[in-house]
This record gives sequence, structure tokens and C-alpha cells, in this order.
Amino acid sequence: MAADPAAYKTNVPRNANMAKLQAGYLFPEIARRRATHLLKYPDAKIISLGIGDTTEPIPNVITNAMAERAHALSTIDGYSGYGAEQGEKKVRAAIAATYYADLGIEDSDIFVSDGAKCDISRLQVLFGSNVTIAVQDPSYPAYVDSSVIMGQTDLYEQDVQKYGNIEYMRCSPENGFFPDLSTVPRTDIIFFCSPNNPTGAAASRDQLNKLVKFAKDNGSIIVYDSAYAMYISDDSPKSIFEIPGAKEVAIETASFSKYAGFTGVRLGWTVIPKELLFSDGHPVAKDFNRIVCTCFNGASNIAQAGGLACLSPEGLKAMHDVVGFYKENTKIIVDTFTSLGFNVYGAKNAPYVWVHFPGRNSWDVFAEILEKANVVTTPGSGFGPGGEGFVRVSAFGHRENIIEAARRFKQLY
Amino acid sequence: MGMPVMTDEEQRFLEKSVLPLDAAPIHVKTTGGGPRTSVLRNPNMEKLQKGYLFPEISIKHEAHLKKYPDAKVISLGIGDTTEPIPSVITSAMAEYVLALSTPEGYQGYGPEQGQMNLRKVIAEKVYPAMGIKESEVFISDGAQCDIARLQTLFGPNVTIAVQDPTFPGYVDNGVIVGQTGSADEAGKYAGIAYMRCAPENHFFPDLSRVPHTDVIFFCSPNNPTGHAASAAQLRELVDFARRNGSIIVFDTAYAWYVSEAGDGEGKKPRSIYEVPGAREVAIEISSFSKFAGFTGVRLGWAVVPDELRYADGSPVARDFDRIVCTCFNGASSVAQAGGLACLSTEEGRDAVRRVVGVYKDNARVLVDTFASLGKEVYGGTDSPYVWVRFPGRRSWDVFAEILEKTHVITVPGSGFGPGGEGFIRVSAFNSRDRVLEAAARLKKFLA
Repeated sequence: MAADPAAYKTNVPRNANMAKLQAGYLFPEIARRRATHLLKYPDAKIISLGIGDTTEPIPNVITNAMAERAHALSTIDGYSGYGAEQGEKKVRAAIAATYYADLGIEDSDIFVSDGAKCDISRLQVLFGSNVTIAVQDPSYPAYVDSSVIMGQTDLYEQDVQKYGNIEYMRCSPENGFFPDLSTVPRTDIIFFCSPNNPTGAAASRDQLNKLVKFAKDNGSIIVYDSAYAMYISDDSPKSIFEIPGAKEVAIETASFSKYAGFTGVRLGWTVIPKELLFSDGHPVAKDFNRIVCTCFNGASNIAQAGGLACLSPEGLKAMHDVVGFYKENTKIIVDTFTSLGFNVYGAKNAPYVWVHFPGRNSWDVFAEILEKANVVTTPGSGFGPGGEGFVRVSAFGHRENIIEAARRFKQLY
Repeated sequence: MGMPVMTDEEQRFLEKSVLPLDAAPIHVKTTGGGPRTSVLRNPNMEKLQKGYLFPEISIKHEAHLKKYPDAKVISLGIGDTTEPIPSVITSAMAEYVLALSTPEGYQGYGPEQGQMNLRKVIAEKVYPAMGIKESEVFISDGAQCDIARLQTLFGPNVTIAVQDPTFPGYVDNGVIVGQTGSADEAGKYAGIAYMRCAPENHFFPDLSRVPHTDVIFFCSPNNPTGHAASAAQLRELVDFARRNGSIIVFDTAYAWYVSEAGDGEGKKPRSIYEVPGAREVAIEISSFSKFAGFTGVRLGWAVVPDELRYADGSPVARDFDRIVCTCFNGASSVAQAGGLACLSTEEGRDAVRRVVGVYKDNARVLVDTFASLGKEVYGGTDSPYVWVRFPGRRSWDVFAEILEKTHVITVPGSGFGPGGEGFIRVSAFNSRDRVLEAAARLKKFLA
């Protein structure tokens, strides 16, 4: 929409940090390309393995609990207004008991939210503009984009495809998708996602010991994104707090999105141990609590009722089954690309397959797969310069679509 | 010896009340004894004077309940809704959520800006004939969250003006993003223009004395004073914004409380967009919390018109959309289904009007109570809040005395800014029985 130069303008300066952002957020951009393709080929049967959007229905035990809570809100005894901004007590307790039993994490260390992406931004608001961050390269784009918005970065450098003042920790097949920390300078905050989006790599206990030691030696704070922990098949740690000493250096975020299909329902949580202190000794959790009370008003009570059901024995089994279904999808995709002779990574511990297209521009490969096979994927460079030459194929889809996509890949390559 | 008997209201309050760390007062410096990171605390957080106002009230409420377990404490404090949500709305939410268990009904990520059918019904039903397009409506999880996202959007290099007294969210979020200096002894943050709103100026600031700021936060009907600005006042505000090149953030969370009848100044506007020219200078935020009882369900919206532009000509909506896509992932789809049910049928709209009517009737009881005691009382006619003057007295003292002597929770006016000193906010959100009981106790105490 072209601006009419004669149109009224306010005198309010545009936030310079917003101007630094290079393009739209990655996933709406993928959606736009998909929509453009559909306009061009209205009869195309597009299969979306791009955005990691869950497709399978939510198990009944969980939706029944949410429906019950909704109905209860129409009764005098069942109505509840504002909930505690940190989350309903029962939900906090259930999260602590289910995922952090024996790890020394208490109910009051848990902050229930409307999802990990929102928590990342609230954490960035908490940290403020004067901190430095490190991210994996490639990584989920919200860490970098929220950092730009908060004013933690310098301008984007086109030649290297990086924002100034962010430390990008290369994770590639060559280093087993774990950075060589001896070459990483100190930053205040280290964002680390494991199992990783987009590479699918799950850090080993040994690697996480190194990461925690690195953070301790540098006085840094790790923000550990565990959104895909339930996809782990081997004995890789599911929580950073399995590592001794982590409570003094780490925050963990998590989400029900990819376990319970809550991508639209919106529910997650962040763990901030009491032991995590700023340099002046002030507990990080106290400031986060203030943020949560001032910038937020709690996750939806209906979503929380669903979360509680998720954490019942029946709910846990149901989530496990849903995760298992997507893991079977992942296997089909991995086997397909492997059989075609590609080098393929991830998949074992995550719903993402990271496919190497050596020497090729990832947006070109994305366009080729979309144009020729009507399959949406995500170009690796969308996750950072370290993603160039790779394409992320996500395994969320109905089984017949996954099988059909596999068939089309085989035809194309 | 009998066990202390708590009312169900008290029990419910305690059930949801905060755990120990949550309640630790923010301004009391606590330091952990263990190893520290080297990460500097955000200096903006250090500027905050104390805990956010409403959790502070909760802390006092809880302490009082523990001190007097038999007291039957009645809350007319935090504006927490109490009436059940009409079943036409909850049935729609239950139906939607059960459909999520079916292949045909399952939905994953929704558009971050909200479901188009909800955006459309808001544009049509809330902004009839005001030229608001569905694409200009951004669905959220509530006004407080939108305020934080708007402040993140504006960034640290804008100046803001707020009413004084005001809902504390605008100021606190401004401090957090770095728009202000430190607070003085009166609690005013350097860099914010405080626009006094008092009985003496009909709760509308003398704009000729207000310095230019980039952003002007304005809430009408007002929290805490209850004053709904007249059409003439809002025209003045829009003109002022236009002359100064400012952006108004207009908070209409209580629009449904505007009385049909109006008063000597005519019927009060329910949206800033009723004023010509507002599209080029104003963002409007609103919420389902106080008209649909969605305080826990979480749903609201922001309107950012296409014509609203920064000094460089770029559309504000484009950057807001980027914030919404990057820092947020949409309001809960279940809440959105409820919002649709509220607004898209006559049955839904009538049902929420009835609920609003209950609270308005409560407000009437409170206004009459204080008036009959000869107190100066404001608000209560276009608002669920009643604003009572206690001249010459510190509002926290009055709050404490009322609590101690009548076991009724209110909110001290100075919690809303220095302009609130000498006033108490009494909210109409409770059952009719409790409001009547509270009124009786207040009459006895203040007579």
C-alpha cells in the first residue's frame, strides 16, 4: 500500500529498532509464499511441511476437561475471574511434579504462560536493551528478532547475514551441532534450544555439562528452550536442570504446543529457579514476576484446565501417543531422503528433518520443492546464515499427506 | 472451639492467591546468598517503586484474611468480575473445544492477528459506521498485554502523557521499556507528563497546560475515576493530538458501562473513532474482561487504523503487526470462539448487557450509599468504579481503616498516581448481596 505523500503523519518517531528488522518474521513469510503459490495454482494439492503446525486432534481427555471448565464458568460456584498471573497453583504444582521431580525445582519456580514465543519476548523485556546475547546458528528466529526489537543489537550486516552485537554459535554436521565453546566470547545471555529447532539435534549430557560450565565460568544466563523435549528417543537430557549447577545459571521455557496440539489453545511455562541471581544478588525470578504481573495477565483459565488434564496419567499417555504419531511421520520423511542419497540430520529426537543441499541456496530449493512438488518446507537460511544449504522439513501432518509428500520427493529427486 | 468459617468468596481468593516468592515485596531489596551471574539487572526494573498495584492489594487482602479468619471480608477492590459468563458464550467455547478433538474441527496455529470472523464482527458490531476495517482489528489476550506490546512497539525514545490518576499499566510499562527517569518522592516518574484529572476540571485535563508528548494514554470511561469523557472533550483531545503530532492510545475497556441516557453533556462516546479525524491520530484498545467476564478467559483487541503513520510516513500498523507476529502467537482459539459468541448474535449481546447491568446496579447502590453519607462521590454512572473523596486524608490510611473496621477491600487512590491522593476507589464487581452488605457496613462506619 503506497503512502500518499500528502497524507497526515504524526510527529512520533518510528522505533529505530523496528527499522533494523530485515523482513517479516520467518513463518508469516512462508505462509505468504504458500498463499501466492495457491493463487497461481488454485488446484494444487499443497502439503505443508513448513511451519511446525500440529495437525492431529487433541485427545478427548484434554478437551473434555476444557469443555467442563468452560461450562463451569457459567455457574456461581465454578466461575473464576482473574487468575494468579503466575498460573493456577494446581497447574504449577503438576508441571513441577511431572517434569522436574527430584530436580529441586519448586512450584513457585514455575510461571505458566500462553506459550514459549511469548515468554521469550517477556524474558527479553526483563533483560532489557543493555545485555548481549548468543544464539545457535541456525536457530529459531524469535530469539534474534526479539533481541533486535529490544535494542540489544546493531544493524544487520548483509554480507554475513548477521545482526551486529549478537554472537552466532555455529552448529553444523562438522561439530555435531554443538558449538565449540572455546571460540565463543562471553555474552550475558545464551539462548540454547534442545532438541533443536531447526536442526533436530539433541544435546548430550556431556555437551550440556560443558554449556553449564561455560555459563558458570562467564557468569552468563542460559535460556534453555525445551519445547521439543518429549520427542527425545535416547537418553539425552530433557531438562537443563538435570545438569548439576544449572539452577544457578539457567532459565527453561517449554510449551504444550507440540505435545498436546495446543498451538491454537496457547499454553506453556517458564522455570526460573530461586537460585538464579543478577550480579547484584537480586533474584531474576522476582523481576520476572513483576513483568508477568504488569505486562501480562495470565494464560487463559480454560487452556490451564486443559494443561492440568494433559498432566494427568491419562493425559500424559495421550500426549505420548500424539508425539509418537509425529515421530513415525518423521521416520517416513527421514527414510525417504536417506534413500534418495541425501545427508539428513535431526529426526531422531525432534519432529524436524534437516536436509543438506550442498552448494545450493536454500530459498531456491524451497521454491523448487514448492513449484515442482507442491510441498511447503522452510529454507534453512531463514534460521540464520548457518542454515544456508539446508532445508527444514517438518513432520506435522496427517499420515496420508506425509506419505504423499514422500512420494513426491522421490519423484522430484 | 469452632473452626473459623470462611465465605466461599474468601476461600476462592485464598485458593488462587500467590505463593511465597510471588508475594515478596519488590521494593524490599532481597539478595540471594548463592553464586551470582555477572548479568546486570535491568536498570528500568530498578526504577519501579514498588510492586504492581493490584498484587499489592491482594497481599493486604490475604494478610487481613489470616488476621481475621471469621471476618467475612468483602472485596470491592481489584476490579475482578464475579458474575458467571452467560451460557450462550460458554457453550460456544465448549463446543469449539470439543471440536478440537475431531479431524474436521481441529485447528492449530491461528493467525497471530486473530480469527478473521472475530475481527470482522468487532469491526461491524463495536465500530458500526466508523469506517474501521476488520484488517485494522488485532485480537489479543487482553488490554494489559496490548499495553505492554504497544510500549515495546513505541520503544524507549518516546515521551508519554497519562491522566493523573490513571490505570497504572501505562506508567509501569513505560518505565519497564525505558521511557522514564526515576520517580520522585511523590511517585511521579521523570519524563512522563501527568495530566491532572480532578473534580475541579470535570476530570478532563487542561490541555493548554499539558506539554507535547509523543503518546497520550487516555482511558474513558476512566479507571479509577469513573468519568466518561464527553464528545466535546474528546474532540478537544483529538485536536490537541493532531496539533502536536501525537498518538492517542485510547482505552475503552469500560465502554459497555456508558449509560444510554447520557447527561448534560450528551451521550458519552464509546469509541474515539466517533470523533472525526481520530483515525489519523489514535489507537484504541479494549477488552472482553469487564463486559463478558473474561478476566480469566483472556481476550481483547487493539484497533490500529491504516492512516496512523509515524513521522517518516511508515504505517504504525505494519510495525504493530510485526510485534504481534514475533512477540505473540495469538489469543487462545477457545477464547476467540467465546468472543464470537458474545458479539455475533443478539442473544450473546443481550446476555452480556444483562451482566453489565448487574454491575451498574451495584455501582448505583454504592453511589447512593456514599452520597447519603454526605461524601463527595464521582463515577458509578458510566463505570463500575465509584471514586470517593476523603479530603485531607492519606488514601492508604483510609484504605487501611476501612479494611480494619468494616473488612471491606477498596483501592487507595494514590495507587493510581499522586492525583489520586485523597480518594478511594470502590469497585462494583461482586454479588448484589455482598455489595449490599458492604454498603451497610460502610454506612455504619462512616455515619
